[in-house]
Amino acid sequence: MKVLSYDPELCVGCYICEEVCSETWHKVNDATKSNIRIHDDGEGGLSANYCVQCGECIEVCPTGALSRDKRGIIRLKKKLCVGCLSCVGFCPYLAMRYHRDQVEPFKCIACGKCADECPAEALAIVEVETPSAPGLQI
Amino acid sequence: MSKQTKTTRRVLAEYTYEPASVEKGYTGQTLYVNVSEHTIAAKPVTDVMKDKFIGGRGFGLWLLWHGVKDETRWDDPENEIVVSSGPCGGTTQYPGAGKSLVVSISPLTNVVVDSNVGGHFGPLLKFAGWDALEIQGKAEKEVIVVIDGSTGRITIEEAPDVPVDTHLVGHWLINDMAESEEDRYYMSVISAGTGAEHTRMGCLNFSLYDRKRQAPRFKQAGRGGIGTVFRDKRIKAVVVKSDPVRGDSNAPADPARISRAGIRLHKEIHGYDNEQCKMRVTGTSYLVQIMNDYDLLPVHNFRFGSHPDSPKIKREVWEDYFTQGLPDGCWYGCTLACAHAVDGYTVRTGPYQGEVVIVDGPEYETIAGVGSNCGIFDPEPILEINFYCDTYGIDTISFGTGTAFVMECYEAGVLDREKTGGLELRFGNADAAIELLHQMGQDEGFGKIAGQGIRRMKEYFVREYGADADFLNDIGMEAKGLEYSEYVTKESLAQQGGYGLTNKGPQHDEAWLIFMDQVSNLLPTFDDKAEALHYFPMFRTWFGLCGFCKLPWNDISPPDNKYTDEPAKIPEHVQNYVDLFSGVTGREIAKEDLITMSEAVYNFQRVFNIRLGYGLRDHDDVPYRSQGPVTVEEYESRTERYDKQLQEVLGLDPAKMSTEEKVAALREYREGQYEKLKDAVYERRGWTKNAVPKVETLKRLGIDFPDVVAVVQKHL
Repeated sequence: MKVLSYDPELCVGCYICEEVCSETWHKVNDATKSNIRIHDDGEGGLSANYCVQCGECIEVCPTGALSRDKRGIIRLKKKLCVGCLSCVGFCPYLAMRYHRDQVEPFKCIACGKCADECPAEALAIVEVETPSAPGLQI
Repeated sequence: MSKQTKTTRRVLAEYTYEPASVEKGYTGQTLYVNVSEHTIAAKPVTDVMKDKFIGGRGFGLWLLWHGVKDETRWDDPENEIVVSSGPCGGTTQYPGAGKSLVVSISPLTNVVVDSNVGGHFGPLLKFAGWDALEIQGKAEKEVIVVIDGSTGRITIEEAPDVPVDTHLVGHWLINDMAESEEDRYYMSVISAGTGAEHTRMGCLNFSLYDRKRQAPRFKQAGRGGIGTVFRDKRIKAVVVKSDPVRGDSNAPADPARISRAGIRLHKEIHGYDNEQCKMRVTGTSYLVQIMNDYDLLPVHNFRFGSHPDSPKIKREVWEDYFTQGLPDGCWYGCTLACAHAVDGYTVRTGPYQGEVVIVDGPEYETIAGVGSNCGIFDPEPILEINFYCDTYGIDTISFGTGTAFVMECYEAGVLDREKTGGLELRFGNADAAIELLHQMGQDEGFGKIAGQGIRRMKEYFVREYGADADFLNDIGMEAKGLEYSEYVTKESLAQQGGYGLTNKGPQHDEAWLIFMDQVSNLLPTFDDKAEALHYFPMFRTWFGLCGFCKLPWNDISPPDNKYTDEPAKIPEHVQNYVDLFSGVTGREIAKEDLITMSEAVYNFQRVFNIRLGYGLRDHDDVPYRSQGPVTVEEYESRTERYDKQLQEVLGLDPAKMSTEEKVAALREYREGQYEKLKDAVYERRGWTKNAVPKVETLKRLGIDFPDVVAVVQKHL
């Protein structure tokens, strides 16, 4: 499957990825609505948080709203979602997101927009056999 | 499964309506259906109802109070079944927020019973436009009631082809009425079963459509015989259908406040359930081994609290039976997910022998009730009984405790094969227990007598067989006419009160104080016990006013809970409930308000019981089996414990006493303690020594309505 990958060594902490993502999916420049979040530990260390498509949320979803598509990406069918946010609480990477402005949760679907716009080439869409933890080089 | 034929449905009454939208957890309307007169009507929800009775059980009591007369009995047409979820019911973001509360006059106790049940009915009823459903009357012929919120149409119909037993009727009606797969998701059926009509211990089944199993499943409003009332009204089923459920269907005042609390608890469950109760893996079955280890698991009709064979029915056994990895909540968003099921179970006996079914459960109460308490330490017959109890519409707790009583009577010689029609009802005889259940389903043999419950069996055995009434009263584990749920209370005076000093009868949903009292010794004085028997019944009542389940309150706890001032109350979760209620209704409350809100409803229910001719001090008596060893055998099984108490508390010398003398001395002491407990608790609750709420208490709680005050004044 094709997933997002992130290289902390290349990341310059410009947060353009957050802008691009929230603009793409929520039509607003608001990092709290971005599917990817960059974290600065205050000591120069940067890390990224985004969905690695591990699929653990599929099991906890009571309605079948979460499933893996043909590309291997976990997708949310809003029509089936009852907004219970179980997936938000049970995501092992805390990468399923909630925002008070909408009922349904949201997540990275590896669309690649952030990778296209990343000036440092820290983000990329790569082919993997099995998902891994975010923030690691893939 | 029985073959489904084309269903003939004849409409007897029809009502069309524009479904009221939900606003801050309420629709502002309740639905009245009279199956005798074929009346269907809307009633407004008044400010008094919302302010003082909140919803759920509170709405049920209020509507029932105004629907019945002082002399109404369970099988009178004016008795009602009221179903209501409460303002928070239908919330999807917080675990355990989809319960329905059912209220009626009980055929077992003759007073009001309330039962808290999962399944989707209550929330879908609200989303179909109704805060409560009030059913009155008795149909001339068998009927079904259909509430379709998506088309705004309610009907009372004859449907002669529709079966009665739950696993059949649930599938049948959903197959018949759903026009698409998605329709099934937003339908729920209430049904009982053939056993409910032949016994007094009938339960109601509330369906949920399990999307991952693609089949309906059923949760039970078990206690107090409401299924019997349902069948007495000649109702086969009530169906509700709503528009699709969404995360904002309950239209809360502050959605973000609810979501924050929900995500916090989801994370807590994700992080700690596996090291705490493992509810997600095995549900409440985890309690079996713990209860056995603390000598609290009922064995052989509550004579003992443990048994060497209990590991055969412990959690690990059920882990293999339960299908793992499914989101087994009884309402959306319950990640505690205790509603496990055994899939692909092949029925071994009776009319459905050979059918492959889903068994919903078993939960702890069923395992302990029909298992250890009947001396059955084998999961297979427990599953068989669980399935048939549900589909026949029989409460597993009353069946288990009732059968354990029968078994002790059999072994004590009160009963024999002749009296039971050939059933050798000894402890451990699973085949006989299963056959007894089939007899209840088919209205045959000794099942007709046993199905009447322990109180009426005692009267029958004394009258017909000349049995010793005192002995039966000592060993018959019922109070107020309701069979005990499944905990041994001999060493916890507080929990004796937790069962006895209740409104509906001995069900642990009011208070479960055994660990606080017996294990941790946190309630050493009568004042301590009285305070606990004030706080916890009130706190737990609150769940039933709002549509919550009790389990996510304390079957999971934050890891730092033990460092809080009052760990038994789970302070962080109490704050969650404050946030949830305020966030849904927009009515800002503090944690103390939870107690006063419940107090109003709890006291109203006590007055209701008094109005119906019960509810006084003597009605809070409990059988001695719940307080101490009745027999020499029981005493001698725990001699060291009891001798120590005689020595240390009573200053007696056990070495100079016969066992009979020791049993008598211990009994005199323990029964005296219980009477002192009554005094302390009644005083704390603002009641007289005769358990009557004082007028000043009613005034303080704002429920001093003239008709309520008139009831208590007769007893002051």
